[in-house]
Amino acid sequence: MIVSTTERPGRGIDPGVYREQLWTALRDGDEYAAAAAVFEGLENGLGAERILLEVIAPAQGRVGEEWAANRMTVADEHVATAINERVIAALAHHPAGRVRPDRGRVTVACVEGEWHSLPARLLSEVLRLRGWRVDFLGAHVPTPHLIAHLHRTGPEAVLLSASIPTHLPTAHAAITAALAAGVPVLAGGAAFGPDGRYARSLGATEWAADARAVARLLHDGLPRPDPTAMHLPIEDLPHLADQEYTMIARTRAELVRGTLAGLEIRFPPMREYTARQRRHTAEDVAHIVDYLTTALYVDDVRLFTTFISWTGDILTAREVPAHTLGLTFDALGAQLKDFPRARALLDQGRATVTDSPHIPIPGNGKPA
Amino acid sequence: MDTTKTSPAGSLGLRTSWASAPYPVVLADRAGTVVELNTAASAVFSALSAGDRLRDRVPSWLADAHRRVSTERSGQRSDREPAHGPSGGRVGDRSYEAHATCGSDGDVVWWLVDDTDRRLAEEALHGERQRTSFLAEASNALLSSLNVNRCMEVTAQLAATHLADAAVIIAPGKGRRHPMTSCVGSGEVVRSIVDIDTTSMPGLSEALQGFPPVPSRWIDPASAPEWVVPEEMDGAVGSVVITPLPGHGTPGGALVLLRTSGHTAFSEDAEVFARLFAARAGAALAAARMYSEQSSVTTTLMRELLPPSLHQVNGVEFAGGYRASGQSDRVGGDFYDVHPGAGEDQESLAVLGDVCGKGLEAAVLTGKIRNTLHALLPLADDHARMLRLLNTALLNSHHTRFATLVLASAARCEDFTRLRVTSAGHPAPLIVRRDGSVEEAATAGSLVGVLRTIKSTTTTIDLAVGESCLLFTDGITEARGGPLGDEMFGESRLREALGECAGMPAEAVVERVQMLAADWVGRGVHDDMAVVAITTPRPDVFSAMTRGAAGRRPA
Repeated sequence: MIVSTTERPGRGIDPGVYREQLWTALRDGDEYAAAAAVFEGLENGLGAERILLEVIAPAQGRVGEEWAANRMTVADEHVATAINERVIAALAHHPAGRVRPDRGRVTVACVEGEWHSLPARLLSEVLRLRGWRVDFLGAHVPTPHLIAHLHRTGPEAVLLSASIPTHLPTAHAAITAALAAGVPVLAGGAAFGPDGRYARSLGATEWAADARAVARLLHDGLPRPDPTAMHLPIEDLPHLADQEYTMIARTRAELVRGTLAGLEIRFPPMREYTARQRRHTAEDVAHIVDYLTTALYVDDVRLFTTFISWTGDILTAREVPAHTLGLTFDALGAQLKDFPRARALLDQGRATVTDSPHIPIPGNGKPA
Repeated sequence: MDTTKTSPAGSLGLRTSWASAPYPVVLADRAGTVVELNTAASAVFSALSAGDRLRDRVPSWLADAHRRVSTERSGQRSDREPAHGPSGGRVGDRSYEAHATCGSDGDVVWWLVDDTDRRLAEEALHGERQRTSFLAEASNALLSSLNVNRCMEVTAQLAATHLADAAVIIAPGKGRRHPMTSCVGSGEVVRSIVDIDTTSMPGLSEALQGFPPVPSRWIDPASAPEWVVPEEMDGAVGSVVITPLPGHGTPGGALVLLRTSGHTAFSEDAEVFARLFAARAGAALAAARMYSEQSSVTTTLMRELLPPSLHQVNGVEFAGGYRASGQSDRVGGDFYDVHPGAGEDQESLAVLGDVCGKGLEAAVLTGKIRNTLHALLPLADDHARMLRLLNTALLNSHHTRFATLVLASAARCEDFTRLRVTSAGHPAPLIVRRDGSVEEAATAGSLVGVLRTIKSTTTTIDLAVGESCLLFTDGITEARGGPLGDEMFGESRLREALGECAGMPAEAVVERVQMLAADWVGRGVHDDMAVVAITTPRPDVFSAMTRGAAGRRPA
């Protein structure tokens, strides 16, 4: 979930100072300095919620940006996240962060396959500070576990977090199941699109852009889903009846293999690739297939083209030689002759590539 | 009836044959005065005779219809029957359809057909359809949740919207305290716990004990105690139905339906119908109660089998991650534990292992092994001996399964952690050094639970700050998936991943490995997966803070 970085008016203290301090500490992997920044802010009266949303959240956001720009390694990113996790845990134990729950019970969970749990964790803490009794189930929660939890605890709402769009089909299953269990679903996180468009198309009760919006929606009360509706997932997405999603998702491995073979013909230097380069190429092609499949699922070309231009930026940041992704689309498209929706997506993807000449061929960099 | 075709054009008059027709026939002129009527008509309209004005003697629907037909006739002067269909209405407790035949002189013959039985049948059908659709809707709604409170809310809502002005559910309680759920009309559901004497409400204690329901007419609405009448209810209670909710082996509770005095009282039909609804609600509630009991038993038993959450102990970081093979399983044949050393310089023992098999049965054996190892803790300074004793214990148990495991004793020295590591038939732990190089711990040994005598070698490893030792099960390395669908994750990929983990905190190492393995598998099937990372943290790590206090850097 993207958490707000806007400052609340009428409050004298500037969180910027502590944000900078925390960011420096995260970059250096200095856990102590990170904790010191946060607790200094707290002692100077910044308030636990503002620490979470205006110091920790933006610092974590910057970690992601720095990684994308190749200024931080995967290891640095993990270290920074782990430090933030520990700082949040310490904050929860601080006297200023202790709150007696006087509101209802809610469940916070990441969709199965989603490992970016920090936004959901921050949200849980914010809600806890506001008096909610929060069950935070963490990253990567299998849908059966989530539903069992909902039946057992009967919460007022489940807040479902997903950052990576390829988890949308799984998120849809979780949303449908939670609604069928009579629990309203509030979806959040980058996966649901910048305006929450996929939250709506997948049938979520509400979408929220940040933790404070979640708190507001919960405060106003979410309507219980109509228990008599007996809703089927296909009703949200009637286009799935054309089976393109199903058939492409089920033949993912064959498609990747076929595309690699096609690429080798279209791009001779690939024949000289090392085993490691080949592996990375296969992973990159699999990513493209995954995004293509997800775009078919939600029937939105923007999901695919956004990913393509993002991949381009990532590869460019890693100074991968500039070739065209178009070859990959050709190789992929050759295998998808009978799928008009998929081919239309690939055409749009190709147009995106043509628009930005820096986008290289996948294989030498690693976009995830 | 096809009588219109035989009606003569021009002047109308009741011929003798019509006069004795079995259907009531009335002839009236343009002004609405009765000209003639037959015997059957006299039987229906006993006060009517020739010369009377229709308006004075027949129900207004027929008089109005006559006026309408006459007015139209005077306008168009046609011999045809009027454009609109037959009129209809009640006469006494019967109902009739009236067909008009018009003469050219403006007289109208009214043919009346008794449709009382058809109307009653149609009404019954309509009512039956409504009830069926309500029961179907109720079943759908009740089926959706296995949460007891939620189920009671839905029951109260449905009953208050469709069956009564207000509905109250009294659940079986402990002593005098009963959970109560009430709803008025389509309003909010209110849940409370009430301290009540169930005999204070006639019919309630019988219903709670599962006796047949007391008929509504035997219950004096004035006797309904104050606590059962929701505050939001508008007006005095006019009638009450109390129905037991069948519990199917568990105590079910009672459904109380209330109607205000302004509303019609519950008919016998309504009572029967309330019971049909209660049967469904009771079944759903019983399922929800059963589920909640089962799940609380499972949760309690599972607590012992779930892997523990790990943290820093005596200056050494431990982190663990677990994923069971089945989508809905929480436990399986992999396990890990960390037993903290008693003092600062004492060794802590980390154990990670894999019992042959999957699911609950394997998990039960992991519990046994974990308990046995716990009891053998005082002997942890000799891993080989510990394993021999565990082996004997397993051979003597009725389980036919075997296990592989790794023992790692860890103690923090000045700026490094000293590890003693022993594998018993388990993949050797991997160590990631500060520079990103990855090496395998030089330890090997027999698995436990099969052979009478077992062998093992223990190795000593020093972990500098930022270095980690990873214990893992083969669920990680043998995970199948990847971009090509059927490749094994393999040790080389694990080593490559671990190489990026130099300098990471233990939980970040675990998360990274878990994430890569999970992504590799995607939506495919996989075995149980367990990982434990042992890491030497930086000396300035605020270990005090993770235990709750805002620590200060030592001066």
